[in-house]
Amino acid sequence: MSKRQSAALDRKKFFGDPVMVITIVILFIFLALFILYPLSMLLVDSVLIKSNDLYSVGAYAGDAERVYYTENGDVAAEENAQIFALLTSPDGSLPDLLAPLYRSTGLFAAKAQLKDAGGALYLKVVNSQDKSAYIALGDLDAVAEVPLTYQANNRLVRDMNGIDPATLCVHIDSSSWTLDTFPRIFKDYTFNNALKNTLVLGGLTGLFSLLIGLLFAYVDVYVHIRSRVSKRLFDVVSMLPVVSPPFVLSLSMILLFGRGGLITRKLLGIYNSDVYGMWGIVIVQTLTFFPVVYLMLKGLLKNIDPSMEEAARDMGASRWKVFTTVTLPLMLPGLGNAFLVTFIESVADFANPMIIGGSYDTLATTIYLRITGGTYDINGASAMAVVLLFLTLFMFMIQKFVLEKKTAATLSGKASRVRMLIEDKSVRYPLTVLCMGISAFVVLMYIAVPFGALFKLWGRDYSLSTRWFEQMFREGGWKAFKDSFLLSIIASPITALLSMIISYLVVKKKFHGKGLIEFVSMLAMAVPGTVLGVGFIRGFSGGIFRTGFLQSIYGTGAILVIVFVVRSLPVGTRSGISALRQIDKSIEESAYDMGAGSGKVFMSVTLPLIKDSFFSGLVTTFVRSITAISAVILLVTPRFLLITCRINEYAEKGEFGVACAYATILIAVTYAAILIMNIVLKYFGTSRVAKPSGE
Amino acid sequence: MAVQNKVPKGVKLDHISKIYKDPKTGKDFYAVHDVALDIAPGSFVTLLGPSGCGKTTTLRMIAGFESPDEGEIYLGGEAINALTPNKRDTAMVFQSYALFPHYNVFDNVAYGLRLRKVPKDEITRRVTAILKLVELSGMEQRMTNQLSGGQQQRVALARALVVEPGVLLFDEPLSNLDAKLRVQMRTEIRRIQQALGITAIYVTHDQSEAMSISDQIILMKGGVIAQMGSPMEIYYHPVSEFVADFIGECNFLKGQVVSSSGGTTVIQLPAGKAAVSTDKVSTPGEEAEIVVRPEAITIAETGMLPCKVELSCFMGSYQNYHVRVGDTLVKITDNCPVNRRIFSVGEEAYISFDAACAHLL
Repeated sequence: MSKRQSAALDRKKFFGDPVMVITIVILFIFLALFILYPLSMLLVDSVLIKSNDLYSVGAYAGDAERVYYTENGDVAAEENAQIFALLTSPDGSLPDLLAPLYRSTGLFAAKAQLKDAGGALYLKVVNSQDKSAYIALGDLDAVAEVPLTYQANNRLVRDMNGIDPATLCVHIDSSSWTLDTFPRIFKDYTFNNALKNTLVLGGLTGLFSLLIGLLFAYVDVYVHIRSRVSKRLFDVVSMLPVVSPPFVLSLSMILLFGRGGLITRKLLGIYNSDVYGMWGIVIVQTLTFFPVVYLMLKGLLKNIDPSMEEAARDMGASRWKVFTTVTLPLMLPGLGNAFLVTFIESVADFANPMIIGGSYDTLATTIYLRITGGTYDINGASAMAVVLLFLTLFMFMIQKFVLEKKTAATLSGKASRVRMLIEDKSVRYPLTVLCMGISAFVVLMYIAVPFGALFKLWGRDYSLSTRWFEQMFREGGWKAFKDSFLLSIIASPITALLSMIISYLVVKKKFHGKGLIEFVSMLAMAVPGTVLGVGFIRGFSGGIFRTGFLQSIYGTGAILVIVFVVRSLPVGTRSGISALRQIDKSIEESAYDMGAGSGKVFMSVTLPLIKDSFFSGLVTTFVRSITAISAVILLVTPRFLLITCRINEYAEKGEFGVACAYATILIAVTYAAILIMNIVLKYFGTSRVAKPSGE
Repeated sequence: MAVQNKVPKGVKLDHISKIYKDPKTGKDFYAVHDVALDIAPGSFVTLLGPSGCGKTTTLRMIAGFESPDEGEIYLGGEAINALTPNKRDTAMVFQSYALFPHYNVFDNVAYGLRLRKVPKDEITRRVTAILKLVELSGMEQRMTNQLSGGQQQRVALARALVVEPGVLLFDEPLSNLDAKLRVQMRTEIRRIQQALGITAIYVTHDQSEAMSISDQIILMKGGVIAQMGSPMEIYYHPVSEFVADFIGECNFLKGQVVSSSGGTTVIQLPAGKAAVSTDKVSTPGEEAEIVVRPEAITIAETGMLPCKVELSCFMGSYQNYHVRVGDTLVKITDNCPVNRRIFSVGEEAYISFDAACAHLL
């Protein structure tokens, strides 16, 4: 018996549906090009080493205007003749090289520097007829094509200023495969320190977020809260981090507790407080991430059947005993899950360590500094990015495949009935007060930001003024808002549609490579923004595979939009998948059976049924994009001003007033977006989502 | 009513098979094996069988959702194996109705016509006519979630009918309705099918539904056809114990052939002799099994075979007996027993049945 016939027929039917085939092909290309390819380039860069051999070039100082010289002083090689540079190793350790110049040497970058030296320089070259000639270096820049492997090192040329040009040196690049980079960075103090810092930070943030999140979830689900205000406060606190850009808390931390902090200096009179460093980041990250834990655990606690705990109580266990012997063990996989989610978030976080980290560098910031700083160590940065990637991937795999399954296994199904809430004052008061305290603190932190923008000079002069807003708009504020807004608004529909298509294909269709699509779109969830940013630099700055193809998108808005799309795709896809699983497959089959092709089925049946998910994907992408920083900060060029990068810039310069002005408006924009979403979902959302029936 | 303008098509399954992989063992097995069928245009054929017998898979192969591993499917004489569902001249009524929840009744029914780019006024005319046929006139603007189960069922039927398919497919369409509505709807479906003269293939596991609705029943088991024929053939002349048992209740009496001539075969049972009318000629001494329906047996103080009553239960319209004949348990439904003697548990009695009502396996 063989399935060959049905396989052949299925293939025929599949290819009889061109809309779907084209969609899948485009999807594959997109995912491969913008997720798999940049990440694999990182891997390549970490093991493919460019060696730099030093050669000196026969080059002479002179004053003639002419371009080519032979040894006799005649004009050299005719048009299009092949010419070579004679390269000799100064210490004699390397054999002489004839570098084919293709009418260029790659030394063009040296031109400006050499002109500064005051004299014209000539490069001794040998043409294909073995005649030597001298090329005036001043003309080399006119030649466009640069042989890839022969590139001059700018710095060495710069060192030549005013020196005898006869010793002009070039570095000849060649590539070789090696695993040396990893031992090298593992011996590198900066890297080791950053790795240690990252892990410590992840652990501490994970732990504290877990504790606070658990406290909030427990109080919310188990304890009777009388006042409506505190309920409302819980909601606000759990929503704030979603609305706010990632580094807002860092800003307010500095404003409130920094050296000129409102609380430290004004209220407590401490003049030497130092928020920069590990504890600063831990506090800020904990306050940013604990709401995620709170929401996760709240869902789990609600699923615990109260009768189990009542049974334990009935057998004589105290409330604390019930918590430690029943509730906690049931929650254990869920707790582990929440811890890892926070850990990954913390490890991938770029903005907070950047702003409040001080000298406490994490992997994300170290990679950023390696690339943007003076030491342009691309191999090192790539290797570090690979380490960071594998770290998060590993955690992600454990979380996804071990803990999530276990959580579902222990806590599935619904509670059989309503839980008796704890009325006991000795439990209620301390827990509620603790939660209220933390909530109030979080709210205070957020309130500090707009005031930071409104006070004349934080720490000195607390009178209201619009000077920071004025400065913001004077220094490119409008452009920043326009650019950020425009790029995010372009990314939103693309992401929303793409993630709905991916979910549709993953849930409803059968084809080869479906697993790959699912895996890659999930992978993007585990990739830290910094890693993706480095991957894009390495993958696209020289075009695809350094061939120059698609190089034109590098440095444009398109690449920023693509990054936004890639960063938000997993979130949209996840919500799309869960929405689609709710829809009976025969609804689509029936449309298909009536004569609609895949494209028509998707547009006329599937999409309308999951339009809530589509719409929330739209807004989520917008919010995530406009507040994104980690990946785009590596890719943004002066052509585009992004709000988040501006905030980072001003915060680095210590101009917190302007940073706060930007952040205030950014929060307002994102909050408005979410508000609009809620209104639209409320009035136009469907409650008629079809549930699977029968079977 | 001139709703259906097209000529119905016949369906031919030319020895089709479908292979699936067992998710537990990882081994391939035949979900449908060598099913050969020739369905005449305009007839109502039911695929009947227990769950897992391959009936739904067969239907989905005809619709095009699954591809056969062996054999070819013909619709109106045209081989359609390689056609996608949307290119096939079929329309399916789903178990879950599969109505589009974001459309109202009219738009649901009009969906297929709009895909076919039918002019607007013709759509209105045809949808109105078909809604009248399924007795849903005036409900055009209702959303589907405002309809009862039976009404949703009618919309699903109308949606499939309105495109005038060459063949109409039903995948257990009534299993989500309550018992009373089920009976009503099946009569309705049969009425509409007859009115339009459309070819229909109907999948169900409910034997009474199959009996009442079909021109022909194809009983399946384990992926193969166990028997096909008219409801009456299948009921009175089952070819196997499985068929006999699946279609209604049945008693099996084992014995040896004593004589076989002139259309009557006499069987020696442990408790006595019994005659069966059959075309089959058997040699004396051969093992044989008599199949006889519970309602074909009478119980009295005298008769063919002695028995002992083990259960006697009043069911309203009939008296239900379980009696022991030799070692065999025999079920009897005695209709309208009021004027006859009712036997109680433990009593000795005799059973008899007419030779024409029994059947020999």
